Amino acid sequence: MRVKKNLSLHIGYVLVGSLTLLMLVSLIYTPYDPNQMFPDERLQGPSMEHWMGTDNFGRDILSRVMEGAQTAFLIGALSVAIGLSFGLLLGSMSGYFGGWIDELIMRLIDAMMALPGILFAIVLVAVFNPSLTITIIAIGIMSVPSFTRIIRSCFVQAKEFDYVKASKAKGATHVRLMYHHILPNSLSPIIVAITLSFSSSVLAESGLSYLGLGVQPPFASWGRMLKEAQPFIAATPSYIVIVGVVITCMVLGFNLLSDGIRDANARK
Amino acid sequence: MRFNQSLVFIILSALLILTACGSKEEGEKETSEKGKVQTSSQGERQVLRISMATEVDNLDPYQSAATDTGSMMDNVFDGLFDTNEAGELEPRLATDVAVSEDGLTYTFTLREGVTFHNGAKFTAKDVVYSYDRLAGLTSGEPLSSKFSVISSIEAKSDTEVAVVLKEVDSSFLARNIVAILPEGYEEQSTKPVGAGPFSFKQYDAGQQLVLEKNENYYLTDRVPTVDEVQFKIMPDSEAALLALQAGDIDVIPGISELGIQQLGNAIEVVSGPQNMVQLMAMNNSIEPFTNVKVRQAINHAINKDVIIQTVAEGKGTKLGSNFSPAMDFFFQEGLDDHYPYDIEQAKKLLEEAGYPEGFSFTLTVPSEYQFHVDTAQMLASQLAEVGITVTIESIEFSTWLERVYTNAQYEATVISFTGKLDPFEVVGRFVSDYAKNFVKFNDPALDQAIQSALATTDEDERAEFYKKAQTILTEQAASVFIMDPDRSIGMRKGISGFKMYPIQKFNLEDVTISDKK
Repeated sequence: MRVKKNLSLHIGYVLVGSLTLLMLVSLIYTPYDPNQMFPDERLQGPSMEHWMGTDNFGRDILSRVMEGAQTAFLIGALSVAIGLSFGLLLGSMSGYFGGWIDELIMRLIDAMMALPGILFAIVLVAVFNPSLTITIIAIGIMSVPSFTRIIRSCFVQAKEFDYVKASKAKGATHVRLMYHHILPNSLSPIIVAITLSFSSSVLAESGLSYLGLGVQPPFASWGRMLKEAQPFIAATPSYIVIVGVVITCMVLGFNLLSDGIRDANARK
Repeated sequence: MRFNQSLVFIILSALLILTACGSKEEGEKETSEKGKVQTSSQGERQVLRISMATEVDNLDPYQSAATDTGSMMDNVFDGLFDTNEAGELEPRLATDVAVSEDGLTYTFTLREGVTFHNGAKFTAKDVVYSYDRLAGLTSGEPLSSKFSVISSIEAKSDTEVAVVLKEVDSSFLARNIVAILPEGYEEQSTKPVGAGPFSFKQYDAGQQLVLEKNENYYLTDRVPTVDEVQFKIMPDSEAALLALQAGDIDVIPGISELGIQQLGNAIEVVSGPQNMVQLMAMNNSIEPFTNVKVRQAINHAINKDVIIQTVAEGKGTKLGSNFSPAMDFFFQEGLDDHYPYDIEQAKKLLEEAGYPEGFSFTLTVPSEYQFHVDTAQMLASQLAEVGITVTIESIEFSTWLERVYTNAQYEATVISFTGKLDPFEVVGRFVSDYAKNFVKFNDPALDQAIQSALATTDEDERAEFYKKAQTILTEQAASVFIMDPDRSIGMRKGISGFKMYPIQKFNLEDVTISDKK
């Protein structure tokens, strides 16, 4: 069992690591300008000049996948940050204080969960105009409920532990108890939640961009590339396959990573 | 356990990819088998199955606004005239028309011996009834603003009708392709009756509209050879392609270029210009598009040929003004090369206009139309060469209609104008006081030319005025007029007779099915 568990973590590390590397490299170098069009070289399969081929405008797909990685990581990181900060605030208060505060916050979260996330994002985008910022905010808000629930359950458990009670008896303030004692001991489930939420954010962005409502063209986004590749499924199948594989690697990588972290912690 | 789940996921994904690769061959096999079944089972009764992307909005031609519905039901109804492929009028229920000296009175001579599908005889009363409803003479509410110019209608005899207009309007004649309905028949919305080559048989909401051959069609040389036409409602274009491949339908009107490539030699295609104008509209009322030199510079900076090659797969006609060569008689030639692709010239003009470093603007596009979004990306990339930074903003079409089309709150947009039979409806969009002139083009010379075109009764003179209007639009660089994308009709082998018209129209009476057995 031990080897298997490590394997999951390792595959996750490799996938996420290589995509992170790709993203970091793209900040200083891409083989071509991601937005430069070569109309004479459109819809080519993979070749020495264009490792992943070219799209319907003759743009280099590798360069666009690399630029798309920036979009994916940016949206993933910022939307997780939004989800985590609100989730932390609401979840910790809900779990720590209990009572009517808990009721109020949890019913609010229930209401948010009743609304499908993607629908909420579409409404937000329709009211304000589609842009990177709105996409990040929409996806961030979508992830608030899951963070809140996980953090609440950690706090509900931890506040009954002896060390918390002892500290309370010594006269520690609520804030000190919540964020100095309970939070550090709840880190591992939160880290798992972060990695999971990261991958679902990437997927949500792809979904929104696929609907034409996410990141605006010509800026590369994997979801938008998928949409642009769709009509060429028969003409240049490599285009859609490559973009699909990249998205799968990203999501799978983060999922395996979170599985691995959870299992590694469970063994302690 | 966790890992096992992931492993299952990986295997499933791999399987999915493999099945996706395999499906094409299987699909082809299926086609040939089903095709055989189809040809043998049809036997005596010839049925033509056509896919339609949108639902019927109303069977009553006077209540319907949707283009697709109009082109389906056009086969049930005939008007006094109809259009041919060149956009010229051909006699139908009328055999002739005489226009008075002052251009106000149109006297139509009607065809004799025509009956509607319900057996009623066609007379002048039906024309009076129909036009009265359209113009709202009795009801006070015109059903169509195009007919509100009528001041009175009179049946002079059973075969002669005189229509008097309030003012001279040379566009009126082309409007007489509108359906003539039998007088006093009230069930057009549920069981429409006309005098066209096909009669209405059945309509199943969300599924199909079925028409049947009219054996007694008055144009004896154009009695349909097809016994029945079924329009299948298929909103998803990919599903329609698969259905054509599988032999479940026979015709896809408006098949995409990629669909044609996908089906390859298995189908036959008729295509041609569709009298559409795709343009990058610039809001002429805001800086810097107020400056004609800026607009000209942008025209020089855009390589339309590359856009046609890339976005339309080469299937489009380059335009120079807001007019497609599909309407030959009114088309001003030579404008498409008025602004050759010339980056240096574009830069020079920008400098003269006071923008040596270029500028930036927002290009608003409707996100549902990938064709326009793609064009916008090409435009942004080409304009970057002369230092103009374009930010693309794709919004929902309903928002687009409100913000751009109705309220003109935009800087630039990419859209296309659908084909109309009368040049006024095409060029008239740029008249300064036209309500939906969202380009905000304002030029007294153009207004004058259009006014003169409407006021003249001489056809050649009218054409000259419209040609002049096109030239003004080009010289003033009102917008960037890009192309008329081809429309294609894809059909299985053995079907022939489809023609292309300057409006969306299906001449099903000319279509024949010859099955190779």
